[in-house]
Amino acid sequence: MKAVIKGAGYILVHTPDMVLHNGTTQTTERIVNPESEYLKELPKHLRSFDEVCAYYPNQVYIGNKTPDDLAALEADKVRGWVDIKCDVTDRYGKFGQIMPQEEFLLLMQACDVFQLVMLDKDFVAEFKPQFAANPLISEDIVAKIPEAQTEAAEIARLVEEEHSEGLYHNGKLVGCVKRAHDIDVNLSSHVMHEDIVSKASSVLSILAAIKSTGVAKDDVEYVIDCCEEACGDMNQRGGGNFAKAAAEIAGLNNATGSDTRGFCAGPSHAIVEAAALVASGTYNTVMVTAGGCTAKLGMNAKNHVEKDLPALEDCLGGFAVVLTADNGVDPYINLQMVGRHTVGTGAAPQNVIGSLVAAPLAKNGLKITDIDKFSPEMQNPDITKPAGAGDVPLANYKMIAALAVKNGELQRADIATFPAKHGLTGWAPTQGHIPSGVPYIGFAREDILAGKIKNAMIIGKGSLFLGRMTNLFDGVSFVIEGNDGKTQEAGGVSEEEVKGLIAKAMKEFAATLMAQAE
Amino acid sequence: MSILAGKKVVIIGDRDGIPGEAIKLCAESAGAEVVFSSTECFV
Repeated sequence: MKAVIKGAGYILVHTPDMVLHNGTTQTTERIVNPESEYLKELPKHLRSFDEVCAYYPNQVYIGNKTPDDLAALEADKVRGWVDIKCDVTDRYGKFGQIMPQEEFLLLMQACDVFQLVMLDKDFVAEFKPQFAANPLISEDIVAKIPEAQTEAAEIARLVEEEHSEGLYHNGKLVGCVKRAHDIDVNLSSHVMHEDIVSKASSVLSILAAIKSTGVAKDDVEYVIDCCEEACGDMNQRGGGNFAKAAAEIAGLNNATGSDTRGFCAGPSHAIVEAAALVASGTYNTVMVTAGGCTAKLGMNAKNHVEKDLPALEDCLGGFAVVLTADNGVDPYINLQMVGRHTVGTGAAPQNVIGSLVAAPLAKNGLKITDIDKFSPEMQNPDITKPAGAGDVPLANYKMIAALAVKNGELQRADIATFPAKHGLTGWAPTQGHIPSGVPYIGFAREDILAGKIKNAMIIGKGSLFLGRMTNLFDGVSFVIEGNDGKTQEAGGVSEEEVKGLIAKAMKEFAATLMAQAE
Repeated sequence: MSILAGKKVVIIGDRDGIPGEAIKLCAESAGAEVVFSSTECFV
């Protein structure tokens, strides 16, 4: 059976105060150089919610603009798309939404089932109506916000005396996340803050995907979370499970789930696993989801401030993809064409791209140029170029094109045009797993259904070495293809074979009747 | 003669570019002494 892509949800959460208080570039600077000019300058470089909504790549992320629209823009050599105001500034898009910080703090409290998120009663009174008016926030979620909230003085005491992590809005302390254990560092307020943020942004992603696909909540049988956080306690630090925790709040009552990890390659692993679960008939509908990461907020902000740019990493990202059993229409994941960087692949670029791109295609008799669009790491170059990391998607396309030349599938002169023809311009926030191939899935489904492209390869890569368990990195790729309405033959009987068997039986039956008549 | 022959080399590779391990092999084949090599993630 084929596993088809029913659709996807994409969300951003504008969290300027978390850039200052929770991004690791800033928390590290505060420890090693607390009086630095950078820390003094950074607040001046934070964008307003309106500016975030008017930023073109953000409108692409939530689906109001397309990657083609973005590629057609003329970016400034130094400032990229920063000074271009998008003609669409709506916070809501067909794939999801951009949520402002004040609503997200309330969503965090709705997602906290251990009374750890405390909010200032005046803050709640001011913003609860706005939160309840959000079309993705249903009454049952609003009902999770407790009536009794906390006095500002008590929140200040919890931060100053009880090791709580502050929650800020427009520079003012408006809440906190309490520690969940007195001794266990795995349940510290810092970790609980990070985990509840991830959970809440995953919940929002799930709700966005439910809305954009029209799938009934009760039809979702399994959820795979593929963020990069770990939840657990001192006896099982990464015990899990974000997936089921988010499914509970989102109201996916018929679902269980589990967490899949692989740094930024996590989403690609998770989608291959989800597709296999559907294709095998184990589950009919599986959702892959991931929330955002507070640590990476403002990760490259030192370079942005130095170059007098806005601190562009001011949004958490989230996504959710829905896979269902074949409906004969939606594009499907070809599980016979999965690429993987193995232990023995090695680190040479030609080996890496060979294992992820050329090998799975060659196995199926295809060339690199047979793939219409590649979606590798889709980081927004506005963020990475000022930091010296270059245009990451473009670097990937150059390596794919170089391998195609080496394999005799592309003329050397065509390397220059390969990125525009087979590639995309990056639009995703540098939230680790979020830009890793998956931002294109929603558009890929639409582009294939519209006949603009026939297929797309999603490539996820992960820096496993950051966990200090191995020096290896990782990568997984898969191909999305148009659905011809025919049954996939792998592991079963094809439609043609069934027709043949019926025809043969009818023929034999007719022959028997004719013999009897004679 | 290689410009790296007999030289001490520090390598910072890029996961999305050329990983440290690949640069190390090239540098060693050119006669360099690699004193440090790592691959970093810049995204």
